[in-house]
Amino acid sequence: MSTLATAPVGTPAPTPTTVSTESRPPTARAVLGRTVWTLAVVLISVTTVMPLIWTLSTSLKPEGEILSSYLQLVPENPTLANYTALFTDGPFGRYLANSAIIALGGVATNLFFGGLAGYALAKLSFRGRGVVFSLFLGSMMVPGIITMVPTFLVLRRFPLVGGNDLFGEGGAGFINSYGAVLIPFAAGPFAVFFMRQFFQALPDELGDAARIDGASEFRIFWNIYLPLARAGLAVLGVLTFQAGWNSFLWPLIALNDPEMLTVQVGLAGYVNEYQTEYGPLLAGTILASLPVLIVFIFAQRYIIENFAHSGTK
Amino acid sequence: MSAAVSATRRQQTISAWIFLAVPVALFAVFLLLPVLMAIGLSLTDYAVIGDFEWVGLDNYARIVDDPIFWVAVRNTALYTVLYVPAGLVVSLGTALLLNRSSRVSRVFRTLFYIPVVSSTVATAAIWFWLLNPQYGLLNAVLGWFGINGPAWLYESRWAMIAIVMMSVWAGFGANMIIYLGALQGVPGELVDAARVDGAGAFRVFWHVTLPAISRATFLILTLLLIAAFQVFDQAYVLTKGGPGNSTLTLVYYIYDRGFGRLEMGYASALSFVLFLAILVFSIANARVTGRENDR
Repeated sequence: MSTLATAPVGTPAPTPTTVSTESRPPTARAVLGRTVWTLAVVLISVTTVMPLIWTLSTSLKPEGEILSSYLQLVPENPTLANYTALFTDGPFGRYLANSAIIALGGVATNLFFGGLAGYALAKLSFRGRGVVFSLFLGSMMVPGIITMVPTFLVLRRFPLVGGNDLFGEGGAGFINSYGAVLIPFAAGPFAVFFMRQFFQALPDELGDAARIDGASEFRIFWNIYLPLARAGLAVLGVLTFQAGWNSFLWPLIALNDPEMLTVQVGLAGYVNEYQTEYGPLLAGTILASLPVLIVFIFAQRYIIENFAHSGTK
Repeated sequence: MSAAVSATRRQQTISAWIFLAVPVALFAVFLLLPVLMAIGLSLTDYAVIGDFEWVGLDNYARIVDDPIFWVAVRNTALYTVLYVPAGLVVSLGTALLLNRSSRVSRVFRTLFYIPVVSSTVATAAIWFWLLNPQYGLLNAVLGWFGINGPAWLYESRWAMIAIVMMSVWAGFGANMIIYLGALQGVPGELVDAARVDGAGAFRVFWHVTLPAISRATFLILTLLLIAAFQVFDQAYVLTKGGPGNSTLTLVYYIYDRGFGRLEMGYASALSFVLFLAILVFSIANARVTGRENDR
């Protein structure tokens, strides 16, 4: 096995001794422990971050330099040629636009419908609430692979859409349109579940007071509870954006018109077993990663903390 | 119950169902209906074009005799056997390293997490370059230690191992965060007490820390297993199932049958078998790990 992959495995042993010695005067052992710790985390960080930096550096090299000086981290003659080639030689701009529409559309629908449904399950009392909630929870356990083929057929045979008649014959239905990717995931069970957990932590009294004043249920949701759930909406929005932007298998199946490809599917086409042009491939990789990386940098504290909570509950 | 209260309640019931209408409709059309359709389709020879017939359990009988299916099972099993333990150990190891409240460790937490953010396709593209036999960083690093690295994705012996390494690299950060959350809940008194009793670092870890985070271990094991059984993106982007079918996974095979050759009836039967396998392993995992949790 490689040093890259095994470095994290072999290193955790020294931690238990170093954790408790922090407040005492440093002994030789503590200093040694701290050194080993620093070495270990730096080494792991290099393995997680270095490939990205190397990718960025390669994407900025001119064609001749990529292979000849492949170990050189700083390009001798940095150029944006690989990036411009993406847009002039292929519809990469179109790919980016398609992904943006799909990811942002998914955020909008999941926040709205997930918020509405999560609110109903958390704050409204009605018969069947427990059943609906269990169904949503259970549906998160169903692996996507089982619904893949039938969902394709449902979208393709959807009546009165995309040239189909009432019986779903004659056209391609939603296939090869944004709807094919947006509609099945417009209000995922995760969004409903996530927002329900969030609304449940808010007090009931706010709604009761407004109800006495004669406010409609939608106004109570929209004007009182939704603003209080802003933090939850932000986290859900970021997670949904990442999932939509990064999704691969479903867009690969549902969108195969060259004009409709997402950036992930388009990028996958640049990997060629026999003759890969690394310059454009790695430039495309940077462009495909940039939006989620930027969102992550701004939201990382909330994302990581939310993740930690979901694991312990 | 007064009239006013029951009127509010009726109002709430109506509102609730309106609020839930879209997610419930989507649940019915894109989950419930497809699951039922999958069962039905798996009993037909539906192939998109032309008529189709009811074939009973023929598809399932065909699976048993399908040599490629068993290749895909073996590959997926190999991936699972390598990926699940490696993913578990690396995420726990890194969580133990970072389990201290200092600004420095928070910075490293972010750095460790970065591969999680990128898509599998972007990660695969990066690794395609890292794993290049001649110009890849990995073989260059191995070369510094005098090791002559293999051709990775071009050798059937190494291709799956390369995909496992990439997947661990790409995914461990998320599980590390779950472990970090769980480690925060390990009672400090218990660790101190064990240490006072003369337990070494390893014994404290084994007898105090590990049992205290067993719920997180169960969750992570479940997530890793489900992900491992459905591995697709990496194999599709990096090797297209090759070389020599050595990275043909079950989901890849289902995709190929269903959407490559349009044998959707057979693909449905295959996906049903995979679904059952996931179910069985999830339950077994719940039994084994769950029992430890009760102790």
